[in-house]
Amino acid sequence: MSTPLSAPLDLAFDYTRSLGPVLGRFAAGLRERRIEGVRGADGRVHVPPVEYDPVTAAALTEFVPVSDEGTVLSWSWMAEPLAGQPLTTPFAWALIRLDGADTAMLHAVHVPGPAEMSTGLRVRVRWADEPVGHIRDICYFLPVGAPDGPGTARPPGSAQDGVMVTPIQLHYRHSASPEESRYLRGLAEGKLTGQRCPACGKVYIPPRGACPTDGVPTVDEVELPDTGIVTTFCIVNVPFLGQRIPPPYVAAYILLDGADIAFLHLVLGCDAAQVRMGMRVRAAWKPRDEWWTSLENISHFEPTGEPDAPYESFAHHL
Amino acid sequence: MRDVAVVGFAQAPNVRSTPGTTNGVEMLVPILAQVYEQTGLSNQDIGFWCSGSSDYLAGRAFSFISAIDAIGAFPPIHESHVEMDAAWALYEAWLKIRTGEADTALVYGFGKSSAGQLRRVLALQLDPYTVAPLWPDSVSIAALQARLGLDAGLWSEKDLAAVAARSRADATRNPFAQVSGITEVTELLDAPYLADPLRAHDIAPVTDGAAVIVLAAADRAPEFAERPAVITGIEHRVDTPVLGARDLTRSPSTEAAGRAVGTSGVEIAELHAPFTHQELILRTALGLGDDVRVNPSGGVLTGNPMFAAGLARIGEAATRILTGQASKVLAHATSGPALQQNLVAVLEA
Repeated sequence: MSTPLSAPLDLAFDYTRSLGPVLGRFAAGLRERRIEGVRGADGRVHVPPVEYDPVTAAALTEFVPVSDEGTVLSWSWMAEPLAGQPLTTPFAWALIRLDGADTAMLHAVHVPGPAEMSTGLRVRVRWADEPVGHIRDICYFLPVGAPDGPGTARPPGSAQDGVMVTPIQLHYRHSASPEESRYLRGLAEGKLTGQRCPACGKVYIPPRGACPTDGVPTVDEVELPDTGIVTTFCIVNVPFLGQRIPPPYVAAYILLDGADIAFLHLVLGCDAAQVRMGMRVRAAWKPRDEWWTSLENISHFEPTGEPDAPYESFAHHL
Repeated sequence: MRDVAVVGFAQAPNVRSTPGTTNGVEMLVPILAQVYEQTGLSNQDIGFWCSGSSDYLAGRAFSFISAIDAIGAFPPIHESHVEMDAAWALYEAWLKIRTGEADTALVYGFGKSSAGQLRRVLALQLDPYTVAPLWPDSVSIAALQARLGLDAGLWSEKDLAAVAARSRADATRNPFAQVSGITEVTELLDAPYLADPLRAHDIAPVTDGAAVIVLAAADRAPEFAERPAVITGIEHRVDTPVLGARDLTRSPSTEAAGRAVGTSGVEIAELHAPFTHQELILRTALGLGDDVRVNPSGGVLTGNPMFAAGLARIGEAATRILTGQASKVLAHATSGPALQQNLVAVLEA
């Protein structure tokens, strides 16, 4: 069996979060290069502040200013920093108890090597050159007395007070299943490949790793024609970000002749108001030199002009 | 309320990476077939289904929906999901049977950790305001926890290496293990630090895998297994997510869960400890004496399929009863950073 298809999948999105009164005040303080903790039910001062007491769950409201200097309680060495971390050169992670606080905060310490790190080391904040009200206003920590190190990238700002933006970027290698891979490779040759469940005989396109009725992989390959019917559809009238076709247009479920499952595609080539359930359609393929391992090779479906399929013939596919 | 028993368990081989999809179907279909064979049940006979997995691991929304093909979800079934280790899915299934809503349940967990960069993906389970934006990776956080214990004299690097050596040696008898072998502690201590003070042997490997457990009401369990493993206690507790507010050298939530289920008389314990020092924390929290055999499977230090590894601990422990090797066992599962959430179960013949 040939290797399943795989490709990089890069995700990026910004979390935009409301901070509320406790974290909002903490973030606002950072913008002014101040650090405030909150006093817990047991009298301990929590930094960063917590909204509710970790033991009693009481809402906490008493803010306590603390120092931007503190003591390393524990540390580990980050020999090869990962994307997004506070420093791009090797650094230490540390649990740091700021003077005036009783709990520790997690952050980075900028020192040349692990030999310069120790439990009990006194450290101070290296503030961002342009604080915006974000935890990244603290670039990192430095040993007390050490000269300021390099500034880091400007933390993400936000358009309003009490809101914090955090960009997230993740990288994956996405793999298609063996069945999906055969289907996608078929598309690159202009073929529509379904697969049949060995237990119930249903033909799925795209083929599935397992039949949803029987839980067994679909195996027998079935080449399907590029003709079928519209089972159900909607007329898209609403413009949205990334839209490629001017509305109104029709998104429809197409049931290929011989298949037991419909898939979503476009119906173009006629007035949207003329599209109906049971309408016979045929694939409009893009020019051959644009084909690749994608259903995008079919530009859309268009009416064949044949008589409609009777409702009873597709009612159980709705 | 009725007792509940484990009557079947199967797991996929623990491997560094599979060519399969992130929806787990390729790993799940064969092991589902195994538990049907073990129990004589078919998918039509299962009263409730529950799974554990993570969208962040898969890099797409509602990733567990595609896995449902593997269990044959048509005609419609009673199905649920937790975005945690599947041990918590087992807890949900246990409740369903306890309350009489189902007689049987099938629980599964799966994770393709190799699709992304696991220790970085796991940063997203941290506090999203003050911690996650720094992207501290899971290995570094565990290293901070390990050093606290080293500095306090609770364990030494040699103690940690001894846990690793024992786990790897035990895993030589586990055909599903990813890492195994006979090693000397001194040899392990010669290895360089990966995240000072942790070395590679202190850290569970990145693993793709899946696990399945079948549960049945105790009064019906003898229909499906000769020697069912009855769950005589199961509890889960959680510690604050604020890492700096916890004494990271202890696990109060494990302690509380262990106290609630009662750990005396336990012969074998399967502990979900992705880092060597965490096994020591858990042993102490559960009050396990030297007479308790810990992780005869090799534990997750020899294979750690995310979101299935905790369920597999329950399966491994139950297997000791199902096969007649023990009469009272303990299983522990963890979820979240630095042993934040913990589940403890005791099973008896």
